Amino acid sequence: MRDLQPQAAQAQVQELARAAAQDLLAPSATANDRDERFPEDAMRHLARSGLFGINVPKAYGGLEAGVVAYALAVRELASACAGTTVGLMVTNMVAEAITRFGDESQRQRWLPGLLSGAHAAASFCLSEPGSGSDAASLRATARREGNDYVLDGTKAWITSGGRAGLYLVMARTSPDGGSRGISAFIVEAGTPGLSATKPEDKLGMRASVTTQIVLDGCRVPAANRLGDEGDGFKVAMGSLDGGRIGVAAQACGIAAAAQRCAIEFAQGARADGSALSEQQSAQWLVADNAVELDAGWLLVLRAAALKDKGAPHSREAAMAKVFCTEMASEVASRALQVLGEAGEDSRYSAERNLRDARVTRIYEGTSEVQRIVIARECLKALS
Amino acid sequence: MVDFDLTQEQIMVRDLARAFALKDVAPHAHAWDEQSRFPVEAVKKMGELGLMGVAVPSEWGGAGFDTVSYVLAMEEIAAACASTAVTMSVNNSLVCDPLLKFGTDAQKAEWLTPLAEGRKLGCFALSEPASGSDAGAAQCFAELSADGSHYIVNGTKNWITNGPDADVCVLIAVTERGQGNRGMTAFISPMPSEGLTVGAHEKKLGIKASSTSQLVYSNVKIPVSLRLGAVGDGFKVAMTTLDGGRIGIAAQALGIARAAYEASVRYSQERMAFGAPISQLQAIQFKLADMATRLDAARLLTLRAAMLKDQKVRHSKESAMAKLFASEAAMWITTQAIQVFGGNGYVKDFPVERHFRDAKICEIYEGTSEIQRLVIAASALKEVSA
Repeated sequence: MRDLQPQAAQAQVQELARAAAQDLLAPSATANDRDERFPEDAMRHLARSGLFGINVPKAYGGLEAGVVAYALAVRELASACAGTTVGLMVTNMVAEAITRFGDESQRQRWLPGLLSGAHAAASFCLSEPGSGSDAASLRATARREGNDYVLDGTKAWITSGGRAGLYLVMARTSPDGGSRGISAFIVEAGTPGLSATKPEDKLGMRASVTTQIVLDGCRVPAANRLGDEGDGFKVAMGSLDGGRIGVAAQACGIAAAAQRCAIEFAQGARADGSALSEQQSAQWLVADNAVELDAGWLLVLRAAALKDKGAPHSREAAMAKVFCTEMASEVASRALQVLGEAGEDSRYSAERNLRDARVTRIYEGTSEVQRIVIARECLKALS
Repeated sequence: MVDFDLTQEQIMVRDLARAFALKDVAPHAHAWDEQSRFPVEAVKKMGELGLMGVAVPSEWGGAGFDTVSYVLAMEEIAAACASTAVTMSVNNSLVCDPLLKFGTDAQKAEWLTPLAEGRKLGCFALSEPASGSDAGAAQCFAELSADGSHYIVNGTKNWITNGPDADVCVLIAVTERGQGNRGMTAFISPMPSEGLTVGAHEKKLGIKASSTSQLVYSNVKIPVSLRLGAVGDGFKVAMTTLDGGRIGIAAQALGIARAAYEASVRYSQERMAFGAPISQLQAIQFKLADMATRLDAARLLTLRAAMLKDQKVRHSKESAMAKLFASEAAMWITTQAIQVFGGNGYVKDFPVERHFRDAKICEIYEGTSEIQRLVIAASALKEVSA
């Protein structure tokens, strides 16, 4: 370990995200959570500032800033509003998939628009009602008809469903072949046969819209296929691989918000004649939060730095994800404890942070999937 | 720039320590523990290898490496034998470090050089029978003689690691009563000295091969020339020293935890249950995954604190975080390791029983977990109000 200071360009992205978090997200975070309101205008603002394509080349309107910068930005944004941030993260994932797996005409066709506010989000459609962690068993189909594909099936837990401009859809182009029979498609909003169901009523991340996406004879040109036929699973896994670092960073942002809330409360509240912050009961909760936050953040930075270098990082990304997401639940729960009864009150962020933290242990690979990945790597290393 | 890579030099130090630990320490660790035998030969060889003064500049007899290298070396030694590691840690962090930072050139020449070269062994005396965490309540008193040539020291120091084997002690004593933290001064106390009695070896739960005793001072004369730092600076010397010492103990905890973790991974691939190695069971896999994750998190916190010390940036909070997290991770990981081993983990035929006992002290010495939490909370609260 030689240095942990972000480079100037990374710090600039962090600063951009911090300003956006304060100006665009923080003021309406409580209301958006309460009313389940997707902040469409804020999302388009974020798009125009480049934050929809943090790892996308500048030529297409992105920031081309790398994974460390992405983690820094996500942490800042998530500390203001985790729900809005998840929409942004998924959009980044789709933008990166187009960059990485699309050809030049596909990049030109979709990226400049997406990164200049033409859409409020992009969606990533992999999971189905019958397949989550076991993604290779998905059942949606894409049937070739001349120069088109016809997509049928149902996608579940789709972030920004119904609000996105682009949908990256994984569907089966071959009935057998398991993970090798899957292909990836970009489906534009408004394509006949694509529809979103009523939004899910969720525990947390309520500023983000989650729906099912129903594909019913949805016809897309073959030119919308990302990569070759059969590359879909690779596209999906390649996207999720970076996604785990993002979710870990998001969890750090949620935890940091909860910790700040707890500290500010402890400094203002009084107990037994002195500030609550002078009681060891509160200090212990704050100290444990601080340590775990730092430990988690170091795991995130390490995984991000490895990915930026192009080095193997699946073990490190999985460690960051499982540690940070479970840490965020713990930290938010301790923060609530510092606040006591006030912790139940939505005037303080702690209860929202606690609700928002929970799903990070589930999406983009559950904690259980992360532990399987880590254990596999550990057993291999010492066998 | 965010850079987690080790330098060539750091890798070299780690590999040197690893090779030594595997050859000269690990094979004996079990017996040393059984016999509560101080590892004299290993300590001597560590001196020859530069491991007793890793971060001391070569002009003062040290190896001239950085704190990150020290952490890496400590982890390797501790993975083999936690007792040998704490002997090393005390000499490096609690004795060489304050001599380097607060000593005069004459003091360095006389004491630091032989300590860093491993020709002498040091100990550090702050705690007393009635004051551990509350270091400001110390009673041991150093009174300036009438002619001003020496101090006369009376009092008892407790839980002194290396005490029975040391040639010199960095002593923190009260020089002005009623002044609390500001009334303390640090001394270089040669051993043996007339009037200084080394108490009986403590019988301990873990780190049994390291020696621990009381030091009883009864009219011990220490020349004024051996005062370390200014009068009244003793508490500052102690706290600054412990900021570094905590990094060493965090590294010790890392080594203990890693040994337990690696033993568990290997055992899980050999031990059969229900017709297959238990490593194929998710119940075991998930334990291993959590052990590995906490170990990595602890190592990152420890390396960060070491890096900041090398950058000469204030690192009290980061050292406290490293020490707290790594020691609690070691306790947790060694507990899980025994669970992976089942009944075999509970007997001395397998190493994890020793690792479990050795881990506990890391949560206590050089600042209990509770003291670390106080340090961290104070710092976290200050950051937000600022």
